[in-house]
Amino acid sequence: MLDILREPWPWYIGGPLVGLMVPLLLLAGNKRFGISSTLRQACSAIIPTKAAFFKDYDWKADSWNLMFVAGIVLGALLSTQLLGGGNTPDLSSETIIELSALGITDFSGLVPKEVFNWSNLLTGQGFVFMVLGGFLVGFGARYGGGCTSGHAIMGLSMLQFASLMAVIGFFVGGLFITHFLMPYLF
Amino acid sequence: MKNLKYLFFGLLFGVLLTKGEVISWFRIQEMFRFQSFHMYGFIGSAVVTGFLGIQAIKWFKWKSADGQRISLLPKELHTGVIIGGTLFGLGWALTGACPGPLYAHLGSGNGTFIVTIISAMLGTFVYGLLRPYLPHGDLMNNQQKEKFYLYSEETNQEVIHEEVRKAS
Repeated sequence: MLDILREPWPWYIGGPLVGLMVPLLLLAGNKRFGISSTLRQACSAIIPTKAAFFKDYDWKADSWNLMFVAGIVLGALLSTQLLGGGNTPDLSSETIIELSALGITDFSGLVPKEVFNWSNLLTGQGFVFMVLGGFLVGFGARYGGGCTSGHAIMGLSMLQFASLMAVIGFFVGGLFITHFLMPYLF
Repeated sequence: MKNLKYLFFGLLFGVLLTKGEVISWFRIQEMFRFQSFHMYGFIGSAVVTGFLGIQAIKWFKWKSADGQRISLLPKELHTGVIIGGTLFGLGWALTGACPGPLYAHLGSGNGTFIVTIISAMLGTFVYGLLRPYLPHGDLMNNQQKEKFYLYSEETNQEVIHEEVRKAS
């Protein structure tokens, strides 16, 4: 049994099960699927500020979401340690060729180790990928009103026009980085 | 502890993200280079089951485990959705991770992601500070809004507006 689970899981196993999170959370306690709001909760809980966006936010009322992300960490740990996760075994050969041309050589994990490592953190490249990238994720998700879970999965499941616009925005940004900026970052 | 069940759901989600390779930087690159169906299939099939689940809830008028009527908040379309969405996309392509995967990387052993999570928190914090000065112009007229409102007929529109205001 464990051997079967340790094989790579195709998209048609993981995708539908992720989609089930939407009704599951609604039925479990009328909770709306969305992860990026936990960043706002963390700010409200940790940083003393007068900004109304955090001060007037009752983060404790949404504390279920903090349990949910704690679960994500545990789930990823479990997958990596026991279920053979933590790699990308059947990556497209075209992608490997294109990324190799940029100078990436190690495709064994989940991220290119040449870029995402502690000693690279203080270089321009490391700063852009690890620090600036994270900042844009946090800023953009809140300004846009959601992330991949809240807009792409929850919002599109609700047939929300705003979520479609947000997802188009995600792609405009992602395509710009991938096709125009990426060559300058290596 | 009543929130313990969400730890379990999160655990399941974390396994699916990791085993589904959705947290792989390489998979996100593959997606933005249109070189595999994997991510499109994953997100697309998630949307389909999410949609069917919501339809089932509406159709059978299921209530939540604690007896509440299920309520869905509409997503407001304002200028920030376009600008913020695009900025988010820049960050997604750089880090190869959206917020769920950011947390998953901690469990999968990619320690530098603690820095990325703190940066993401900082990004959210700076948004909160700048929020009064950033454009949030409403891009939908009332007629369009009605169309995208998701509550059942008996729900008071005022309640919805109040809830949307609180959530955003």
